[in-house]
Formats: sequence, C-alpha cells, structure tokens
Amino acid sequence: MAIFVYAENINGIYKKAAFEAVSYAKSIAEKNGESVTAVSINPTDSSELLYKYGAEKVINIKDEGLKNFSAKAYAQAMNEVADGNIIVFPHTTDASSVAPMLAVMKDFSLITNALETPESLSPFQVKRRAFSGKGVMHAKADASGVIVTVSQNAFGVKENPVAGSEEVKDLAVTNEDTKVLSHEQSSGKLDLKEAEVVVSAGRGMKGPENWGMIEDLAATLGAATACSKPVSDIGWRPHSEHVGQTGKAISPNLYIAVGISGAIQHLAGVNSSKTIVVINNDAEAPFFKSADYGVVGDAFQIIPELNAKIKALKG
Amino acid sequence: MKILVCISSVPDTTSKINFTADKTAFDKNGIQWVINPLDEFALTKAIKLQASGATVTVLNVGEASTEAVIRKALAIGANDAIRINTEPKDSFSVAKEIANVAKDGNYDLILCGKESIDYNGGSVPGMVAQLLDQPFVNACVGLEVNGAEATAIREIEGGKETISVKLPAVIAGQKGMVDEKDLIIPNMRGIMSARTKPLQVLEPVSTEVRVEAVSYDSVPARAAVKMISADNLDELVRLLHEEAKVI
Ligand SMILES: Cc1cc2nc3c(=O)[nH]c(=O)nc-3n(C[C@H](O)[C@H](O)[C@H](O)COP(=O)(O)OP(=O)(O)OC[C@H]3O[C@@H](n4cnc5c(N)ncnc54)[C@H](O)[C@@H]3O)c2cc1C
Ligand SMILES: Nc1ncnc2c1ncn2[C@@H]1O[C@H](COP(=O)(O)O)[C@@H](O)[C@H]1O
Repeated sequence: MAIFVYAENINGIYKKAAFEAVSYAKSIAEKNGESVTAVSINPTDSSELLYKYGAEKVINIKDEGLKNFSAKAYAQAMNEVADGNIIVFPHTTDASSVAPMLAVMKDFSLITNALETPESLSPFQVKRRAFSGKGVMHAKADASGVIVTVSQNAFGVKENPVAGSEEVKDLAVTNEDTKVLSHEQSSGKLDLKEAEVVVSAGRGMKGPENWGMIEDLAATLGAATACSKPVSDIGWRPHSEHVGQTGKAISPNLYIAVGISGAIQHLAGVNSSKTIVVINNDAEAPFFKSADYGVVGDAFQIIPELNAKIKALKG
Repeated sequence: MKILVCISSVPDTTSKINFTADKTAFDKNGIQWVINPLDEFALTKAIKLQASGATVTVLNVGEASTEAVIRKALAIGANDAIRINTEPKDSFSVAKEIANVAKDGNYDLILCGKESIDYNGGSVPGMVAQLLDQPFVNACVGLEVNGAEATAIREIEGGKETISVKLPAVIAGQKGMVDEKDLIIPNMRGIMSARTKPLQVLEPVSTEVRVEAVSYDSVPARAAVKMISADNLDELVRLLHEEAKVI
C-alpha cells in the first residue's frame, strides 16, 4: 500500500508545502518500506518536481469541475484516489479544510499540525503542536487509518530524487454548493507561513507610514512581513500579517521582531522560529527573554543600518 | 433564520501552560477560562445577524465547569444555549456531538472558530460539515446572508476569495469576520438576562475517540539571549551569517 500525499498547488504551481509534505511522506516510507504517491488537482507544473522529493507516483486529477476550490469536492476527489491507510497533507489553509472532511469520509483518525516524523507507525503516534505553541502533544491514532497534516516549515523540504511515473485521472466530481464570485491573490508576494525569513514589526513603529524600512529589510532578506495584533487591529497592516495566538502561527528559520514588546500571546505564535532576533529600545522588553539575539536601540536608526550591512554581505 | 454557534472553552490567552506531573494531562489549576477568541468573532457575527431576524443558539461540548463561559456567550447576546455534558476527548467525538444536535435542529447556519487555541485541531468544523453532508467554508473573514445563500469571504494564501455558498452550511471564522472594535463586552443588563436564558444540558451520544493524547511536553526554554550593541551591527550580521547560518 502506498502512502498518499495531497500535493497542493496554487493556480497550477506546486506550493513549497507540497514538497514538504512529500518529503515527510518519504521519511515514513523509508521506515515501513512502502512507496509514496502524490495526488494533485489540476496542476500545470511538471510531476518531475515531486519525484525530486521522493514521490514514486503522481496522480494528476484533471477536472474542470474542480477548477475552483471547494473543501468538500476536493475531499471527495481525494477519497476516490487515495487508497492507503496513511495520508499526508500540508497544514495550509486549503489542505487543512479538506483533511477533516476526508477523515470523516474514510473513518480515519486525523492528527493535525504534526511537528516531526512519527514516533511510531503502528500504532501511528506523532508529536503535534498544542496550546498554540505553549506545549507539545504526543498524539496516537486509534482508527485503522490516519490522516496527518504537517505543520509548515516544521519538517522542512528534503530532496530525495526517485524515478517516478505519472497517471492522469479524470474524475466526475462536481461542486454544486459553492461558487467563486471573485478571487484576489497577489502572485509576487511571499507567503508568510512558507517564508524562511520573516521581518515583523509592532506598535513601536509608530505608524503605517514607517513600514517602508521594514519592507526594505524584508526585500533584502527575501523575507515575508508580519506584525503584532494591535498593528492589524488599528489597520496599519492587513489582518493576514497578524501573528500570534489569535493570528497565524509561524516557524521560519529567522524571525526578526522590531518594536514588539513580546506579550505571551505574541510569543505563542512565533516561539517555534528557529532563530529569533529582537530589536527594541527598551532593555526591559519581555521579548529579549525569548530571543537568541537582541539589540537595544531605536529601530528607526537600526533597521536602515542593518539593511545596508546585510545588503553588503549579500553583495 | 436559526444559527448555531459552537464555542469552545479555553484557557485565557495569558495563561502559562503546565502539565500534570505524569505529563498525561493539562494542569487546570488556577486557569481562567474564556470563549475561544476565534469563536468570539463568529458569535459576534451571529449576534449582528439577529437584527435581520436570526435566533442564535450557542453550543458547547463540555463539563459543568464550562457554564460560566456559556453564560458569557448568553450575556453577549445569544438567545439560548446547549451544553453536551462530557469532557471533550478528541475532535471527532466533539464533532459527532455537535452534528447530532444540529441534525434535528434545522439550523440554517453553523458557525465555528477556525481553530481552538488549546487543542489547535482546526478539525471540528470540517468534520461537522461532513457528518451533516453540508458545504464547508474555512478561514472566513467576511459573511453576508441573503435568503437561502450566504456570501462568504475566505482568506487564502496571499489574498482573499469571495464565494457564494448554499445554506445550510458550516462556516469557520477568524479575526476579520467582524471588526475587533465590534466585539461585545457584556454589560450589566446582558449579564442579568443571561442568568435566566435557557441553557439545556444534554447527555452525550457517542463515545468513539479516534485520537488519543498520550502525553504532553512543555516547550524547552531557549538558550540565554546574546545581546549585541546597537553600535556593532556588524557583529549581529556576522552571528546571523556564521553562527545561526540563517542569512
Ligand atoms: C485575547 C487576546 C489575544 C491576543 N492575541 C495576540 C496575538 O495573536 N498576537 C499579538 O501580537 N498580540 C496578541 N494580543 C495582544 C498582546 O497582549 C499585546 O498587547 C501585543 O502583542 C502588543 O503589541 P506590540 O508589541 O506591537 O505593542 P506594545 O506592547 O505597545 O509594544 C511596543 C514595543 O515597541 C517598543 N518601541 C517603541 N518605540 C521603539 C523604537 N523607536 N525602536 C524600537 N522599539 C520601540 C517598545 O519598547 C515596546 O516594547 C492578544 C491580546 C489578547 C487580550
Ligand atoms: N468542545 C467544543 N464545544 C463546542 N464547539 C467546539 C468544541 N471544540 C471545538 N469546537 C468548535 O470547533 C472549532 C475548532 O476547534 P478545533 O478543531 O478543536 O481546533 C472551535 O473554534 C469551536 O468553534
């Protein structure tokens, strides 16, 4: 039996989270000797991209009826093709909407936000995020099969090239209950949950007009931008950038926090970042206790200077 | 129109999270409980829809200790409440209880939060939708109801999508569904009237648990912070490049 993976694409282009989910499935396959089959709905990207991370087989579902996303229709499509007892999803917005519906269809256990490869395969047991990053749960699946969603950036993308083959399937799934009226998506923008580097700023920036230097630093680093909750509440930045216990939880390799005090609710969403840099003009700011590197000083001076130095380093 | 709002009772966001000595359970000692913040957005949206004739029932799967949180939802403005008398064990068993109440209740809309901040499952709403064979919209940041249809805006990576969805449906909300400033803080009148609003207690119907929480760990503390002088940013760049290897 194969391990199945939901390989998510956006407008046909595979997401990094899809490569991470395939890498994760491959790490399981290496333990139990099974193979990895990735399933994707209407991709335009080449299947070669998935072979590179260990998918021996790629099933491309080509279906006009699935042109627009619907959690239910996508779950039905997965239910038709994913014929194994371990199914891996990335924990993206869309995938994490499909997974619970599929778990009910299949009578499988659902373990979301997995942080590492499983601790055991039978029974399936894995560490997962809990209490918004303030704790870790060891969760065990009790049903005959399991669907696991992988917390983004937790496992990482690992190349593991195999010779793969592709199968194209046409399903007759229809989506009758939702209809897309409009779709706005900026293509150039780096996705916050996928980003390896995040530059985040808080109320210390004084006003939205000062975000230019944050964006400049982010551009130099190839980073996404984020913000604290009050900054998005007052409309300085969009809600989609709010990180923390009640916003997005992220785990980039590098998180740079500028003018953010480090409230417990903020930390909950960012404390699984691998390296944290805090820049704050108050030496007593609580965030320094949860940082790897700290600089006490005025962000308005430090950020442009830091940007110039990193630019110089990157040549 | 009948709306069911599923609320989860969670530790206050400022809580430090500790586990029992044998690490098999969350230590509830000294914890203040609140309505899951994401559910509060959904609840407030439902209350706003009362102006166009909706009645709002809140539902919680939990033991008697969650009644203070349910009363708060009533004080905010829900018409009545249901509590399923059992300690939640996993997402599936909770979803089963919710679906069981919903299937006889003829609700036009079931609103949830996208994720509970304690269990972080993000699982219950989608499971409820599938158990009821209803459409599901997740990560909702805007909602209008027009007759037998709703227009929902959902957050997608890097943007937003506006969709129309046939009712009945299950919709999971988050911040943005209503403005932060529109969140309702109960006033004295609300608190008084909440005391007499109906709160029905039902016994659970299902016992099947599909995911077991075997044990918990606290998150290990970070190593001590290295402070770098603001006059020596070259050192910060060097450390990030050579030591942390992140730039
Ligand atoms: C239910 C609930 C949920 C919440 N959820 C979240 C959440 O998910 N995410 C979140 O972020 N917050 C959340 N909060 C809010 C949280 O408690 C804090 O209020 C918030 O994180 C503070 O944001 P801040 O650090 O930007 O602002 P402040 O606390 O005002 O801090 C600003 C910081 O900037 C520094 N500063 C000022 N000027 C400069 C300068 N020139 N240079 C450098 N530094 C400077 C100051 O020293 C200060 O430390 C929540 C609160 C509640 C009640
Ligand atoms: N015990 C519960 N009682 C009622 N609703 C719940 C319960 N647990 C979760 N929910 C709902 O399901 C949403 C997602 O929860 P979860 O799947 O645990 O992340 C919450 O925001 C609530 O709306």
